[in-house]
Amino acid sequence: MDLTVGPNFFFWEAETIRSFYRDLAATPVARVALGELVCSKRLPFWRDEIPAAIEVLQAAGKEVALTTLALLTLRRERKITADLMDLDLPVEVNDLSALVQIPEGRPFWVGPLVNVYNEGTLRWLIRRDARRICLPPELTLDSVAVLAGAGRDEGVPVEVWGHGRLPLAISARCYHARLHDRAKDSCQFVCGKDPDGRDVDTMDGQQFLTVNGVQTLSQSTASMALKIDDLHSAGVAALRLSPQSRNFDDICIAYASRLGGETSGAALAARLRPLVPGGNLSDGFLSGPAGAAWSGERMGKPN
Amino acid sequence: MMELVCPAGTPAALRAAVEAGAHAVYCGFADETNARNFPGLNFTPEDMAEAVAFAHARGAKVLVAINTFPRAGAEPLWHRALANAEAAGADAVILADIGLLAHAAERHPLLRRHLSVQAAAANPDAINLYANAFGVRRVVLPRVLTVQEIAAINREIDVETEVFVFGGLCVMAEGRCSLSSYATGKSPNMNGVCSPASHVAYSEEGGELAARLGGFTIHRTPEGEPAPYPTLCKGCFSSDGQTGHIFEDPVSLDATQLIPELARAGASALKIEGRQRSRAYVAQVVRTFRAAVEAQAAGQPMPENMLARLTEGQKATIGAYAKTWR
Repeated sequence: MDLTVGPNFFFWEAETIRSFYRDLAATPVARVALGELVCSKRLPFWRDEIPAAIEVLQAAGKEVALTTLALLTLRRERKITADLMDLDLPVEVNDLSALVQIPEGRPFWVGPLVNVYNEGTLRWLIRRDARRICLPPELTLDSVAVLAGAGRDEGVPVEVWGHGRLPLAISARCYHARLHDRAKDSCQFVCGKDPDGRDVDTMDGQQFLTVNGVQTLSQSTASMALKIDDLHSAGVAALRLSPQSRNFDDICIAYASRLGGETSGAALAARLRPLVPGGNLSDGFLSGPAGAAWSGERMGKPN
Repeated sequence: MMELVCPAGTPAALRAAVEAGAHAVYCGFADETNARNFPGLNFTPEDMAEAVAFAHARGAKVLVAINTFPRAGAEPLWHRALANAEAAGADAVILADIGLLAHAAERHPLLRRHLSVQAAAANPDAINLYANAFGVRRVVLPRVLTVQEIAAINREIDVETEVFVFGGLCVMAEGRCSLSSYATGKSPNMNGVCSPASHVAYSEEGGELAARLGGFTIHRTPEGEPAPYPTLCKGCFSSDGQTGHIFEDPVSLDATQLIPELARAGASALKIEGRQRSRAYVAQVVRTFRAAVEAQAAGQPMPENMLARLTEGQKATIGAYAKTWR
């Protein structure tokens, strides 16, 4: 098993992104998918960082792919997808409609926002030249095992959500703008104030969700720290780590040392907890009873 | 005339909808293959065959929703649902999963295929992909598009579009939302349920009724006020000192007044949500909308405020169709 870093969900300054990928190049991850996933309006602010990030990552021996947007609705968003084809890199499809723009025979990756729930869908995507598939985070371990096996039979690595606030929903409506009483078209990029999203708690003060523009995330950070042996037995090829604004290099290194057998799952979880925003971990999609659940010892504030 | 597609959670609701003037009804089997997998609802294969015979005798169509995402290792359950729909004489199946669409196109080529809203096909590329790869003939559009966007989509596709005009309102891209399973372990995609009643708990606390879903408080209502059902995305939450309906107000969709515009935008069919609703509700809504589509076809104005009392005390909205939050 190795590590894939997924696209950054949040709206960060260009300089922040530059140093993020420069630092990431020095970590023991095998590959990186990058690009704007959440909101096409953000892209002009950091588009110029993408070539430099690709260069620094490739120079460090990382495989690199470019993500599509998660929800394509506007005409200019189709153009953005078309532009991804200009670079000689695999595209990671996170909205199925981007497939139309991928020339026949050109390999692509499938990201966690495409609904791959069963073998029929997995095989159809592989017939269309999918070369790597990250499963949706919602799947149970039983489903993961079936799909990882089916992928292995077809020679296509299957990866799962390994770390990060979970992408639970995507909408045409921007919740950051709504919280600031602004229309989406005049949002003034308020999502940029929250480098790990804006937390949404219940009226009883339970940590619950996090909004990031048009995206709704879990407030807990999902971590497969305690599940790595199960995932290994299931035939999973890689864990996907989703960027957060702080401590991300340490997090990559911590997972790599777990994969290398240098630490236990419990030790990894204990190391991660103070490093993640909000301090809460979850792994309930894999083994139940609900996505927000954590199979290890619950620490800190009750959730 | 625009086709009026009406919900039928039970055989009795199906008969009521047909008798009230539905051009088509949609329904599903009583298992996890359909996205309204609620206790006490839905059809056995025998019910389905009888329902189709009843509808066809009265000139109405039956569309069978098999619109969850088949579970890995359990695809035969969904494949049997397709075979049962065809054997019952269904006029079309409504599907969301690409693996299931591929199976249907290959094994049931004569069974007409509609694309469920759960596939979240929100642009012409996606729709053309489903049309070309799987022979999909009609697409149910997500409730996130404006009328102008619907018109633009219809200019670039060759298949029919069906749009929601009344009932519940999802604000998230449908089929791409796991909020419910994050809180409860049960999701629309996998289990055909959202914010399921099995995971709802109410508790009276200090003069308020707290409604919780999977242990998470969705809203607190002062005693004596009507308490809405705790649907997760319509809950009241707090963020950095602000408290309110952060995702969506507890509103329901009523786009009656937009029917003429939707017709001009090229929509072929109008869909009413509510397979979980009673027979009496279905009959009344169907009768009212049948009058509206007939008025539209005759170039007459839409009747005003027809269904205000059916929105159960919730405010009605025209949702994304008008650009209020774009």
